[in-house]
Order: sequence, then structure tokens, then C-alpha cells
Amino acid sequence: MDDATAFLTIAGMAAVTYATRSGPLLFLAGRTLPPGAIRFLAHVPAAVLAALAAPALLRPEGRFDASPANVIFWAGLAAFALALRTKGFFGPVALGMGLVAAARFFWGG
Amino acid sequence: MQPVPKPPAPASEALRKALSLTLPIALGYVPVGMAYGVLAGKAGLSALNVLLMSILVYAGSAQLVAVGLFAAGATAAALVATTFAVNLRHVLFSAAMAPLLTGWRKRELAAFAFELTDESFALHAARFGRGDRDKAVTQWINVLAQASWVGGTALGVALGDVLGDGRAFALDFALPGMFLALLAGQLGSRSQVAAAVSGGGLSLLAAGLGITGYGALAAGLIGAGCGLGVERWMTRQPS
Repeated sequence: MDDATAFLTIAGMAAVTYATRSGPLLFLAGRTLPPGAIRFLAHVPAAVLAALAAPALLRPEGRFDASPANVIFWAGLAAFALALRTKGFFGPVALGMGLVAAARFFWGG
Repeated sequence: MQPVPKPPAPASEALRKALSLTLPIALGYVPVGMAYGVLAGKAGLSALNVLLMSILVYAGSAQLVAVGLFAAGATAAALVATTFAVNLRHVLFSAAMAPLLTGWRKRELAAFAFELTDESFALHAARFGRGDRDKAVTQWINVLAQASWVGGTALGVALGDVLGDGRAFALDFALPGMFLALLAGQLGSRSQVAAAVSGGGLSLLAAGLGITGYGALAAGLIGAGCGLGVERWMTRQPS
């Protein structure tokens, strides 16, 4: 993809992102979304985030790998456990990155 | 109890207060922004485009997903559609903020929406909940948070060559780590856990079958439908 096409793609990404952030704030004033839509939307983040996380954790090199050598997966489990306990955001990410970096430093990979 | 409205703080005091409130967000945004900056450069984006994405899109997880798609040679349509799905959760944040920002002008709301992220939403929701609704502080927080994200990106762009492929610094964990931390905050009900399990499982299945591009997106939307179905089924059970 050349730079100009990449920029137009980024502009498109910015437009859809802004639509999700501004839509209710700018056009909902005083009204609410239909209850069915709210219930569906309440389940979208969990499902989409899991759909993105699962292959990133279990197929980091493009093929299924749940072996002890997949440090991304094991560090991810530790980070997820910490995130569930603390509801923190960057603590778990920092823990996972620290574990992955340490594993690669001591055992290579 | 209705919180007592406080008089607006003087400009310098608003900035000082916003700085201390934004610091925890910036401590996270700078390193993750760096990871994005390094990886986006490796994916073949020009330094200008890497920075423009942080300025115009300003969505950490969506930007890191996009980097992977750019590197894989995905089409523009796939990139925009995936960004939309990843950021669809912001509709809920926006809807939740709408009743709290009554009295704001349309263009102030438009600017607020531009900088509404997971982290700024969490901070503002907590502040407004304890009666801290100062508009100037709110606006400074948004500007400072994005400045730290763009600043981190610039550092990543500048240091890209020094850091190599970033594997020694575990930069490739930044994205799965962010997904997991965001996911942990979304599992409030059993039906949401069901949505996550079905979305994650279907996505792995799609990847195993070689369905790339829209695979994770479709899996996520079907998973959300499964979660909704579980919720309907649970509420119909006699208790």
C-alpha cells in the first residue's frame, strides 16, 4: 500500500472511530438507544476483544501453539489473572511484557 | 444526593489538577504508544502516517490491530471495518457520558468525543461520580492524555531503528496484553463471559480454517449474538 492510500485508509479509520465516539453524545441528547440495541452492544466488547485476543495468544506465529515455548500465551494468562483481580489496565500489560522479556532474556527465543 | 456544583477553577489550577489526574494514563500511554510507533514503522507505514494515525484515530488497540493488518497487506475496507468493530464499544461510553455533559456546547461535545478513550472514559466517569465536573479540567485531561499518546508514538518512531524488531523488549505482547486487560473489565455478567468464550473460540476456529481478514470480526459479532441469546435464555428461567 503506498503512502497516499495508507493515509486515506487512516482517514477512514478516523471517521468510523469518531462516529462511534460522537454518535450518542451529539445525536442522542435526551433520547436513549432501543433496549435491544443496548443489550447487543453490551456483549460486543467482550466478544470482539476475545475474538482478537485468542488468535494473538494461541497463534502468535500463525499456527496453533499451546506449548510451554509460547511465552506470549503463558504471560497472557498471568496478565489476565492480574487484570481480573485489579481491574487495572497498564499493570497487567507491564507484567506480561516483563515476563515475556525476561523469558526471552534467560531462555532465548 | 446531588453534588454541589463547584465554581470553575482558574486556568492554571485546572491545568495543574489535570496534570496530576492524567499522570497514571500517561504512564501507560507513553510505553504503549512507543510500541505502536516502533511496530507501525516495521509494518511499512511512513513516519508521517504513523504519527497521523495517533493524532486522527487515537485508539490504542485499534491502531495496533491496524498495524498487523497493514503488515499482512489487508485491504483498506478490511482495515476500516475492523477498526469500526474494535471501537464499537465506544458507543456505550459515549451514551454513558451524554447525560453527564448537559450544558456543554455542541462543538465542545464534538471535541470531547474526539478524545473519548477507554482510559479517559474510566477517569471521567469516576470524577463525575464524585462531583468533580469542572469543564476546564475535563478538557485539559483529554488534551494531555492524547499528547502523551502522540508523544509516545513519536518516541517509538524515533527509536524504531535502535530497538530492532522489539522482541527483546516484548513489544509483540503489547497488543494481546491490551486486549486481555480490556477484556477483564468487560466480564461483568455470565452472558458476557459466554460472549467472550464463543467469540474467542469461533475466532480460533476461523484462523485454523485459514479464514483471515474478516474472520475475527465476524467471530466477535456472532459471539456478541451468542451472549445476547444466553442473557435472554437466563432471564426467561423461573428463579
